[in-house]
Amino acid sequence: MRGPLLSACGVTKRFGGRIACRDVSFDLWPGEVLGIVGESGSGKTTLLNCLAGRLAPDGGSVTYETLSAGIVDVHHLSEARRRLLARTEWGFVNQDARDGLRMGVSAGANIGERLMAVGARHYGEIRREAIDWMTRVEIDADRLDDRPTTYSGGMRQRLQIARNLVSKPRLVFMDEPTGGLDVSVQARILDLLRGLVEGLHLSAVLVTHDLGVARLLTHRLMVMQGGMVVEQGLTDQVLDDPQHAYTQMLVASILPV
Amino acid sequence: MPDTDIQGSAYNYAYLDEQTKRMIRRAILKAVAVPGYQVPFGGREMPLPYGWGTGGIQVTAAIIGRDDTLKVIDQGADDTTNAVSIRRFFARVADVATTTRTEEATIIQTRHRVPETPLRDGQILVFQVPIPEPLRMLEPRETETRTLHALSEYGVMQVSLYESIARHGRIAKTYNYPVMVNGRYIMSPSPIPKFDNPKLDRSPALQLYGAGREKRIYAVPPHTPVKSLDFDDHPFEIETWTESCALCGSKESFLDEMIVDDAGKRLFVCSDTDYCESRR
Amino acid sequence: MTSSRPALRVCGLTKSFIVHAQGDLALPVLRDVALSVSPGECLALVGPSGAGKSTLLRSLYGNYRADGGSIRVRQDEAWTELVGAEPRTVLDVRHRTMGFVSQFLRVIPRVSAVDVVAEPLRRRGSEPAEARRRAEFLLAMLGIPARLWSLPPATFSGGEQQRVNIARSLIVDYPILLLDEPTASLDAANRDGVVELIRQRRDAGAAIVGIFHDTGVRDAVATRVHEVLPPAQPAGVSPGVAA
Repeated sequence: MRGPLLSACGVTKRFGGRIACRDVSFDLWPGEVLGIVGESGSGKTTLLNCLAGRLAPDGGSVTYETLSAGIVDVHHLSEARRRLLARTEWGFVNQDARDGLRMGVSAGANIGERLMAVGARHYGEIRREAIDWMTRVEIDADRLDDRPTTYSGGMRQRLQIARNLVSKPRLVFMDEPTGGLDVSVQARILDLLRGLVEGLHLSAVLVTHDLGVARLLTHRLMVMQGGMVVEQGLTDQVLDDPQHAYTQMLVASILPV
Repeated sequence: MPDTDIQGSAYNYAYLDEQTKRMIRRAILKAVAVPGYQVPFGGREMPLPYGWGTGGIQVTAAIIGRDDTLKVIDQGADDTTNAVSIRRFFARVADVATTTRTEEATIIQTRHRVPETPLRDGQILVFQVPIPEPLRMLEPRETETRTLHALSEYGVMQVSLYESIARHGRIAKTYNYPVMVNGRYIMSPSPIPKFDNPKLDRSPALQLYGAGREKRIYAVPPHTPVKSLDFDDHPFEIETWTESCALCGSKESFLDEMIVDDAGKRLFVCSDTDYCESRR
Repeated sequence: MTSSRPALRVCGLTKSFIVHAQGDLALPVLRDVALSVSPGECLALVGPSGAGKSTLLRSLYGNYRADGGSIRVRQDEAWTELVGAEPRTVLDVRHRTMGFVSQFLRVIPRVSAVDVVAEPLRRRGSEPAEARRRAEFLLAMLGIPARLWSLPPATFSGGEQQRVNIARSLIVDYPILLLDEPTASLDAANRDGVVELIRQRRDAGAAIVGIFHDTGVRDAVATRVHEVLPPAQPAGVSPGVAA
């Protein structure tokens, strides 16, 4: 059996005197979707940025098993290698699609960028691939040449997902991918993500404060409070039989529908 | 060789002091060693405004010597104000011969054109560059563009070409058309028409680019491959004209369109005046 | 009766709930539970309401976290321990070996009934079209009208949702099945359909553990009963385990 895809070992990050996350360790196995839940300020996003190589931790290490070069320490890679990894084997879906898209160029260019970055030089083929991905994320192919500024929030988010997945990444980091969207729009994106993660055998680390999103998308959960992981386990087990006082409080705080 | 007595003036030979010239030459050497890479240099105030060729003038001043013959062109013409002023400037401060003949020149300072007459070994083409960074319009942060160059991360440049085709059905950029130098750095060829891009490729002449406002020098050494970016199914193409030059009849040169009377009569003439005159 | 080797073996299983919001109140539910189920057997959990039948079933599935003891599942000709196991081990067992039919369907937004049912099969690598065919077959057998198949089950009646859920759980031939009141809110006709499906599964060699309040259903499917008693008794006098 193969080893874990991503391993965090004692990851710690401070901002001045404040500890944003402390001593976080876990293994992410191929095909697994790990949820990180907790309320605002619990260190979820900081941890995600440390995992994705966007923020250097003050302690601990993050290792990743690359497709071709074996296991690498994400934070000891050269910047060139790390950036290459980030735009080929990884994806990153921001909460605000504007942070993850080029708002000044068309949807097709947004989707095609990763392809062109690794050498695609056939306009027609790039376009075909872009149309294919537009369809997969349920955006009308007619909108291919429109800029994302003309898109609704939900469409932008789906475009951002397509822009990330076009390079067929193995690991996708998601930071509140449905945050700030209407519930009906959310449902569509969740459904889409579910299908894509399953169909493409993606591994993912998903940060969310929404336990419903976590239940729908993730296999495993880590519950963070004050920068520490207070509980982790199978998603349905953590949500249905929470052990830690904080998790019990979180689960009990969900409004019934 | 300090030489402070140019036609009784108190200025040093070729206007710049020797330390400044040395600094600029070092930048040029580095630029030649790393083709297409933008080398920062300590740009000086020159006796003309930014945008009029301050970068080109400093490069020329740093490399010129008494044995040189200087040609200056602006949009292909030797007789525009800017070209005349710069030519006179160097005749006075560097005591050099000047010419309008491309074959005779050892240094050609140019704005917006590459001469039609093929260049030869030993000639130096000095370009005046307004915006040296080819990625600037796509990425406003200097720290980021430097990183993109350092890592050869040029997807965004291709994105802009893609976008052009998506909007206009073809790559609509007609001047300042980005090139890849020696397979490594993407470079702005300065606002020359894309018609001139093929002349940069493996040119026997040395190409030096000076940007005065942004204080950058870059270079393409002789015989260096310079490839215009494109797509496999939208290959790079240069402009063509159905007309020929009204003065010399050339069908091969870059033509300017002129309105010659109040009735709107149009005429096409060579943009390169020297080339045109030599054919008449 | 247990001629073949057991498919599921439980011993010393202990489970209590600690409610932190109420001063770390401890609610012991399971104490030292032992049972064993072989292929072709259907073990019915019986006992008064609140005795912990559901908790036991959910603990077996890993939905509740056992405090101690052992839950072992036969998979790939070997025992796999579920108590304290890594999440991915539990997921692998759920994926290939152990299915669970709960009383309530957890609705997935926007996904049609037929796709909800087909999903476990698709996830195991079946052809989407083939998975769909199986799903439609099961839905028909459970009396869901064809006009509902392409609709998301969110708006279905309780009974319809439950049957969708049963179809989803039975579409894969799991060697072990856990059934939590599979017929709770069904009318007689639909109940008989479910009973028939369960019997088919049992006779095909599935090892089944279930909670069946309806004694008619229980008699129809169960081969043995296992009594679950409330944990009020102090340790040491724990009830004898039926086996």
